[in-house]
Amino acid sequence: MASSESNHPYHLVNPSKWPFVGSLAGFIMATGGIYYMHDGSIFAFLAGTALMLYVMYGWWSDVISEAEGGVDHTSVVKHGLRVGMVLFITSEVMFFFAFFWAFFDATVPLITRTAHEIWPPEGVVPFAAFGIPFLNTLILLTSGATVTVAHHKILHGDRAGCGRWLAYTVILGLIFTGLQAYEYIHATFGFTDGIYSSTFYLATGFHGFHVIVGTLFLLVCYFRTKKGHFTADTHIGFEAAAWYWHFVDVVWLFLFVCIYWWGGSGYVPPS
Amino acid sequence: MANTAEAHHDDHDHHMPGFFTRWFCSTNHKDIGTLYILVSFIAAIIGGAMSWYIRLELAEPGIQYIDDFQFYNVLVTAHGFLMVFFVVMPAMIGGFGNWFVPLMIGAPDMAFPRMNNISLWLLVAGFILLLLSAVIGDGPGTGWTVYPPLSNQEYQPGPSVDLGILSLHLAGASSILGAINFIVTIFNMRAPGMTIHRMPLFVWAILITAFLLLLALPVLAGALTMLLTDRNFGTAFFVSGQGGDPVLWQHLFWFFGHPEVYIIIIPAFGIVSQIVSTFSNKPVFGYLGMAYAMSAIGVVGFIVWAHHMFTIGFDVSTRAYFTAATMVIAVPTGVKIFSWLATMWGGSIKFEVPMLYALGFIFLFVVGGVTGITLANASADLVFHDTYFVVAHFHYVMAIAAILAMFAGYFYWIGKMSGRKYPRGLAKLQFWVFFIGVNVLFFPQHFSGFAGMPRRIPDYPAPYEGWNYVSSLGALITMIGTILFFIIVWRTFYGEEAEANEWGEGATTLEWAVASPAPWHTHEVLPDMTGKAPAE
Repeated sequence: MASSESNHPYHLVNPSKWPFVGSLAGFIMATGGIYYMHDGSIFAFLAGTALMLYVMYGWWSDVISEAEGGVDHTSVVKHGLRVGMVLFITSEVMFFFAFFWAFFDATVPLITRTAHEIWPPEGVVPFAAFGIPFLNTLILLTSGATVTVAHHKILHGDRAGCGRWLAYTVILGLIFTGLQAYEYIHATFGFTDGIYSSTFYLATGFHGFHVIVGTLFLLVCYFRTKKGHFTADTHIGFEAAAWYWHFVDVVWLFLFVCIYWWGGSGYVPPS
Repeated sequence: MANTAEAHHDDHDHHMPGFFTRWFCSTNHKDIGTLYILVSFIAAIIGGAMSWYIRLELAEPGIQYIDDFQFYNVLVTAHGFLMVFFVVMPAMIGGFGNWFVPLMIGAPDMAFPRMNNISLWLLVAGFILLLLSAVIGDGPGTGWTVYPPLSNQEYQPGPSVDLGILSLHLAGASSILGAINFIVTIFNMRAPGMTIHRMPLFVWAILITAFLLLLALPVLAGALTMLLTDRNFGTAFFVSGQGGDPVLWQHLFWFFGHPEVYIIIIPAFGIVSQIVSTFSNKPVFGYLGMAYAMSAIGVVGFIVWAHHMFTIGFDVSTRAYFTAATMVIAVPTGVKIFSWLATMWGGSIKFEVPMLYALGFIFLFVVGGVTGITLANASADLVFHDTYFVVAHFHYVMAIAAILAMFAGYFYWIGKMSGRKYPRGLAKLQFWVFFIGVNVLFFPQHFSGFAGMPRRIPDYPAPYEGWNYVSSLGALITMIGTILFFIIVWRTFYGEEAEANEWGEGATTLEWAVASPAPWHTHEVLPDMTGKAPAE
């Protein structure tokens, strides 16, 4: 809608079907998910997910075309988008806060006295923190560096360089996800083997999901770089993806130190 | 560029879209706000009907109407969820917040108008899921706190609790997106000269509420996810037999739940501040103190959660800490109460209907606050826990006080929203009926609670009969008051036309500078607030 005759720097968005259809998709995912959990078919859930993905594609396509239109995204609007992304990441931090609370509730007798005296609990053989988990730490830290190099490249107007370093970052993200999958497959404890498994799999699992989302986000940025969407001045989508990636990185550091390293340090191998 | 630009009234893209596009694909903060209020009305009728059915059962000892106790528990649970998530929050934050934050700060709309709409429709989706949870299977008989092990698959089989969990997930996502939207709008879209310290207190209230939503709701989302996987995928977060800890749920729930209480009441503070100032024809006494008192309440709200769980076996020092921290909340709350009184002091007070409701709010909130101080004492709470004293306390402080603030806001702003005036005499009558009704309803519950009557039980011994009967009579009066309200809403459509500023010189905030009803687009030429007094 942005008219060149606008008296203000804000973006008044035209009516859009995406929010309504997106909520419908969320509703179908919720009811379909419950149907599946209670021994029904998974079809409805998958259909809802497909609709949701379609909405995400359509909605963000609209956002990108508004950005490329060159009128709607004024400097004030861009500032708002950045603040919004920071707030979204803040809410994500609080989501992980809950899972760390669950972990510490089971391991540290801080407020409740029901924490375990022996951790990992007897019978659980944890991963050696300085095996694959440490390798994964190095991979994620490296990917944080490569995405920063990519940012510097775009800041200097080097689109090809930015795309190249983004590609490295995406590849590192994929390697991380692959190693996590390898680790899950070879774990000695199953998903339903008590509180150790619960805290381990949900904390690392939600992190893994965020890694996948972040990788896709960076992949979109890669293609947008190729299409020439980003300039030295303006690359909000890239910034958001980079911030999100750093957030995923930092969550991993906490997971590594708390759950893998400290949480595995009490393990005594059977003699 | 904005404040120097000439006014262009050439109506670009101002044509009104068709019905479906306007109401289902909206990106207009006023239309979305109206829909939020509509959702709140529908949920209020359903949630209110449930509470009247509960009072009908409790009017006499013995079992009258509800012989299925699971159904009684479902009524209690659904009443709580509906009132908290689908009545008060949509009306105050989604409804009044959407309508009046952009108007008050001089912005043409919200920062993310499309995201604003998905907040609304996710809330509707959550609302439908919650209604489904009550009618599919046995319903969730867990109370709104959903404590395990009662909420585990073993005691609540079937899909009801899962539907409730996902209902809250969707409502939570809605609120988080809404919170981001409000924060960005308030930080980024204030009119020139409208500094943070010149914002109306209602805008301050919504800003603080939005931060509480942003930080508290994801923790609930995490806890709900754990409960969902415990119930359906074999995890053991809250299963003590497998090394889990049911108390963990209580910690996570109340870490969200206590800020949630303030999420409900802080917008009420904002509404009441505007109204008391308007009808006293004075600026709010201690504007900055009021703003930072709300901020302090918001911050302290995050570090008092365990006062909801004094009976679980904390050691003495933990109880001492949470008692003391809870008492601290009385300080900023006292700042607010006394500032409202000081605002009225020496003012030329007009007892219009919104003012009556604001005064009613202050009275109810003080009563609930005082019983809150009582309950904050861990040693006293061991006795009061799970009695009707607690029910009376929290209904005073966050239920009927919040509802009175909502009525206050409704009567204050309906002229601006609809362009019509409410029938004044009928509205005054409605205030007195409702105000007397809720007090007759909830005040006797203090006495029942003192005598030890437990909450969430459909039957009770004969000695509790008297006050319970009075309480149920109060519910009847409240019901008449509520029906009167909907009659007023209906009559308002045929009322006289409201002027742009129907409240006179006391109403100084920017929403009174635009026409009534507020045009579809407002503040397209940004108002210049440079050098103007704080717009309380």
